[in-house]
Amino acid sequence: MFELLGITPQALFSQLLVGLINGSFYAILSLGLAVIFGMLNIINFSHGAQYMIGAFIAWIGLTQVGQWIGDPQFKLSYWVVLIVAPLLVGALGILTERTMLSRLYKLDHLYGLLLTFGLALIFEGLFRYWYGVSGQPYEIPEVLQGGINLGFMFLPKYRAWVVVASLVVCVATWYVIERTKLGSYLRAGTENPKLVQAFGINLPLMITLTYGFGVALAAFAGVLAAPIFSVSPLMGADLIIVVFAVVVIGGMGSILGSIVTGLGLGLIEGLTKVFYPEGSAVVVFVIMVIVLLVRPAGLFGREK
Amino acid sequence: MNGTRAGFIILIVAGLAAPLLGIYPTFLMKCWCFALFACAFNLLLGYTGLLSFGHAAFLGAAGYITGHTVKVMGFPPELGILTGTAFAAALGYLFGSLAIRRQGIYFAMITLALAQMLYFVWVQLDFTGGEDGLQGVPRSMLFGVIDLANNTNLYYMVFALFLAGFFLIYRVIHSPFGQVLKSIRENEPRAISLGYDVDRYKLLAFVLSAGLAGLAGATKTIVFQLASLTDAHWHMSGQVVLMTLLGGLGTVFGPVVGAFVIIGLQNQLADKVGSWVQVIMGVIFVVCVLAFRRGIVGEIQALFRRP
Repeated sequence: MFELLGITPQALFSQLLVGLINGSFYAILSLGLAVIFGMLNIINFSHGAQYMIGAFIAWIGLTQVGQWIGDPQFKLSYWVVLIVAPLLVGALGILTERTMLSRLYKLDHLYGLLLTFGLALIFEGLFRYWYGVSGQPYEIPEVLQGGINLGFMFLPKYRAWVVVASLVVCVATWYVIERTKLGSYLRAGTENPKLVQAFGINLPLMITLTYGFGVALAAFAGVLAAPIFSVSPLMGADLIIVVFAVVVIGGMGSILGSIVTGLGLGLIEGLTKVFYPEGSAVVVFVIMVIVLLVRPAGLFGREK
Repeated sequence: MNGTRAGFIILIVAGLAAPLLGIYPTFLMKCWCFALFACAFNLLLGYTGLLSFGHAAFLGAAGYITGHTVKVMGFPPELGILTGTAFAAALGYLFGSLAIRRQGIYFAMITLALAQMLYFVWVQLDFTGGEDGLQGVPRSMLFGVIDLANNTNLYYMVFALFLAGFFLIYRVIHSPFGQVLKSIRENEPRAISLGYDVDRYKLLAFVLSAGLAGLAGATKTIVFQLASLTDAHWHMSGQVVLMTLLGGLGTVFGPVVGAFVIIGLQNQLADKVGSWVQVIMGVIFVVCVLAFRRGIVGEIQALFRRP
């Protein structure tokens, strides 16, 4: 069947895999945006920059830290960084939330967007100044090098790992928010912050931690992305705009919705690369337009 | 409204006299183009309360269309500018009717995504010249008599176009239509309950703003003889937000002041600090949002408006 269309199954499956990987990143990032939006009512424009910083921490850990401390043999391995980068970026996020974002909650939501846009410019500009715009290569950790021949396609181990790891993180996040006590506080805080506070729950602390967690997710995605895309200061900016479109399509009301929409759109993008490569850059936006025409509130949205 | 009248007089006198003072005319023309762009943006954010994060789409699109019609199809400049502006307005109608289907933060994300989509379209189309841009747009005779190759002539054409756009915006803001826009900004449900078809007003404001942003882009193409991807990139959309915010959101003269300050700063800083420019722009953004939300003109107004 595939041969009839002039496309080999190998090409089809490998593009689908690429799509699935992009979809995993869309899923993690839009999940982070949705969690942050739920609690803080702001759109975190610096999400892409925080993803980029995550990738840079991975790269710095592997290639730069040794030189900084004068021991070229010293390296922070991929696995260490996978924990450290989200912690560092999360801490940075908490600092930002406490010193800046928290001053804006009483104002129009648009100011939060503008502030985080400014922060994104600062982060991106700093890394451009330090490391230039050209991408830095990042080596795949040894355990995950190579691949498995599945018969119908060749599956690189690292790519499989990225999909699995993102799915696990997404599902874990969903579980915590929808099925645990902590998550129920969070959902209640989203619905009616004043009442939750009246019950004696420390809401400001929860808001701060939520923002920290959301941006930590972005950094985690950044570390996962480091060996696949080259690490560059611009890697987050273009991605985040696509993620915005994903969020518009899915609506931010539902956690599971964000995950499903992200993965689905990644797959569709991969398919477009096979059948109509010229359209692959815009397909997500085109779908956004269609969704706006047919179902303005988004697939999982419940506006107003 | 004595302050406004004084502002108008200062603006016109300064605009007419500036090239005589020996300020580099290309720099001034760039400032007027961006001032118009920011004023058009302000009509939407400052007076209607709609944050479009994709306004570069209109600036860039009009630039490409004007550049192409003038360079390849041999249009005279006035017709080229008109075509570019009309195209931007039509584009505004399209984007606007999609974006107003959602509110607030979603509106911003939709406009940003639509602008990015158009950006990719420009990247792939051949006539735009990709990364190099559409170069060598000729400066021919305006109305067949005024030679635009002369910088002074060109300057006064740019300034006249700016004034025309600026005055149109001023009239719109102070018309009954403008009052309805403000009421939408202040309290949309109430405007609806008073019987206004809010979506139509929003859409018209969007089309106006897009068209005027297009006028700025078309003029800019004639001035620089170039239409490029930079003008269509989301960085540009961010810049116009910054100009408006710094100058004073929802003030008549704020965007003009903001545009001059930002373009002036970039001009001064570009050769001194290189890639720090972006960091500095980011810092100005953050400071404006945190501590300077009224902007330069807004603060001056507050100073004079003592109780």
